[in-house]
Amino acid sequence: MIEDALIAAQLCAVDPELGGMVLRGEGRDAVIEAMRQAMPGGAPFRKIPVHIDDERLLGGLDLAATLAADRPVARKGLLAEADGGLVVVPMAERLDAGIASRIAAVLDTGEVVAERDGMGRRDKARVVFALLDDGVDDERVADVLAERMAFWFDLPRTRSAEPVEAQFTGLTVLRQAQHCDVSDDALQAIAATATTLGVASVRGSLLTLRAAKAAAVLAGRDAVNEDDLVLAIRLVLVPRATQFPELPHETPEPESAPQSSTSETKPLEDVVLDAVRATLPPDMIAAIAENGRRAATAKGRGSGAKLKAQLRGCPVGVRAGVPRGGNRLSLIETLRAAAPWQKLRRLPGDKQVRIRRNDLRIKRFQSRAETTTIFVVDASGSSAAARLAEAKGAVELLLAQAYVKRAQVALIAFRGTTAELLLPPTRSLTRARRALAELPGGGGTPLAAGLNAAREVAFAVKAKDRTPFVVVLTDGRGNIAVDGTADAGAAKRDAETAAKTLSGISGVLIDISARPRDEGRAIAAAMGARFVALPRGDANSLTAAISA
Amino acid sequence: MRIPFPFSAIVGQDEMKRALLIAAVDARIGGVMVFGDRGTGKSTAVRALAALLPPLEKGVPVPFVDLPLGATEDRVVGALDLERALGAGEKAFEPGLLAKADRGFLYIDEINLLEDHIVDLLLDVAASGENVVEREGLSVRHPARFVLVGSGNPEEGELRPQLLDRFGLSVEVRTPQDLDSRVEVLRRCDAFERDGAAFAAIWAKEERKALKRIAKAKALLPDVEMPDAVLRRASELCIAVGADGLRGELTLMRASRAQAALDGKKIVTEKHLESVAPLSLRHRLRRNVLDETGSTARIERAMAELFG
Repeated sequence: MIEDALIAAQLCAVDPELGGMVLRGEGRDAVIEAMRQAMPGGAPFRKIPVHIDDERLLGGLDLAATLAADRPVARKGLLAEADGGLVVVPMAERLDAGIASRIAAVLDTGEVVAERDGMGRRDKARVVFALLDDGVDDERVADVLAERMAFWFDLPRTRSAEPVEAQFTGLTVLRQAQHCDVSDDALQAIAATATTLGVASVRGSLLTLRAAKAAAVLAGRDAVNEDDLVLAIRLVLVPRATQFPELPHETPEPESAPQSSTSETKPLEDVVLDAVRATLPPDMIAAIAENGRRAATAKGRGSGAKLKAQLRGCPVGVRAGVPRGGNRLSLIETLRAAAPWQKLRRLPGDKQVRIRRNDLRIKRFQSRAETTTIFVVDASGSSAAARLAEAKGAVELLLAQAYVKRAQVALIAFRGTTAELLLPPTRSLTRARRALAELPGGGGTPLAAGLNAAREVAFAVKAKDRTPFVVVLTDGRGNIAVDGTADAGAAKRDAETAAKTLSGISGVLIDISARPRDEGRAIAAAMGARFVALPRGDANSLTAAISA
Repeated sequence: MRIPFPFSAIVGQDEMKRALLIAAVDARIGGVMVFGDRGTGKSTAVRALAALLPPLEKGVPVPFVDLPLGATEDRVVGALDLERALGAGEKAFEPGLLAKADRGFLYIDEINLLEDHIVDLLLDVAASGENVVEREGLSVRHPARFVLVGSGNPEEGELRPQLLDRFGLSVEVRTPQDLDSRVEVLRRCDAFERDGAAFAAIWAKEERKALKRIAKAKALLPDVEMPDAVLRRASELCIAVGADGLRGELTLMRASRAQAALDGKKIVTEKHLESVAPLSLRHRLRRNVLDETGSTARIERAMAELFG
């Protein structure tokens, strides 16, 4: 795994347009070091902290220089400074959605276009990124960014005994990767493999092609051969795979079959796929199946980041005021306010900008108290048979309301022995709807696990200065304890304990059992939540009850 | 300057191309919104359009302004020219991107991530065709007529309904699913990568043809007539699918005329109407926000019923 990452590091140096890598797990320092070493000597190396703002990222007004000179002086942004080099983003999964998109735009064009603070700038910025992803559960690097990184590595969590040494320095590459030849068969093979592996985005295929060319150049060839293809597919396409064909691969797939005119010669894509398969550890293929399932339910990542974007509130202009108490100075507006007075304020021979206290302008942010509604849906057998469809209907109605209010929603389902966060907090109705539609039913009722999951999400929401609201839909008859055992007594105790920990968070418990009994009411009481019995077949009155 | 990928060389995506061409022919159409998955070439197509726009006058190209995310309000609407104010103590207006986009196109990628106050401002100017600046003691107004083109991925966040309605046309782009198109995409991207100039040269003829087609259509547009029978059809269709307000009918009419002009026809037929109906109406249906049975399907059904 780490060896692959080291190869990828070299490929990025050969062709920076590969974008870079998303790195999870241990041993990332070695990979970053390898990336640095592979780059030409003196290539810039920068770090983007999670809280970076537009001014620093894209460029803006240079405060000191502007005040010293008597004219606005621009300052390059971090991305432009890093042109031709490497940028590391620690905790990339926390990156603000807006910042992620700005970086994505830079990756697309290789230049920073900034229209801000009174100046329009265009700087070259061809940068290789190392996005360090420390996300737990479904927290991942924002999709717009991950999409544009050729390589995704989930390095083994266990620290390897000896540190890996990267053994190359400043690659000298004789030809540019894009001039490398690639046969039509190879293109065909990439496209076909992408289809087989269920990689929908064309960008995945394009990056594979790019990686294959870079691999050829790295090996000193001027045309892509089979080994390059296998390597590129393994490094770029396979981590993106959402499906992997079953191993006994005797029956020819109808899609790729027409390519082979003779029955003996397999089409290149099959040869390549077999080769790729041979190099993969068996558990990897299982992981891909898991990956695909997750992609289907929790589509799109980086939703944690989206929360941050709102936390800052939307800027609603500037006003006169002194920058203190967390207020931020708007330099450009301050200068604009001061500008008309300069002639009067200046002493003869004075060249400096004179700024008075009443010129100061601060940025205003509007932060709305936004809520995140966390739905906890009981999809167990006891509920599923009778009321799951109705519960889904109720959630849909509530979602529609949330949409109108621009609130966020999250969806947790519990069944069998565990609870699962199907949808991290999001504003995307499309995703919520999908997650809900795909919610299967059946199995035991791990109510305690569901409530615990709700608490975790609720606290995460709170930490982001939003107001969580928990809506539990259950029959209240938990029969699976926290540890997964089917012990009704323990399950009940666990559920009540879990419910009590939710007491600081407002919520409502909706009893979806056919004949509401006391269990639901008891859980609601422990949660300190309102108790509503779902009136049969009338989801509308339910929404009325909740929003009242 | 990077050579843009030629518009004609984009594989498939016929609906998006049609919408952009219509907007190029008739600026009053009210902009185009392109929705689509990641990596479907949304922004490539929109940026490629710039090369196809017939010049306003000889030597004056149609402005094509790319509004980057993170643009600040002062740069968008224009502001006091700081350099002259600080240096010479002059009060001068420094025009913003809206002034640059006048008579041209304004493109916003990932429009659903643009800050709300900038979006509001854009919509207001797009609707009125005039930019009014009242700030820092400046009082300026200047014409700003532009075609707003937005693109975004609905999974990154929903677009506000009020905003959606302001766009004349809306397009949904999907990744091509068949193998041949996907191979073709790779092939063309590879060729473009290898030698952008040579690739552009190969497609230059097609591009010239497209440009001529647009120029001809623009000239023809004032003469294109829409017979009453077809107009009636358009209204029937809007009623059948429950499109809100009159904006749908107006857009449908304009788009049909532009499509007819693109086809070199002076009379609008039902065929033209049919080909632009999904573009013009899909985002205006009074819809249940949770009903994913796409608006496109509803329009097609209504058309099948009406037109047989």
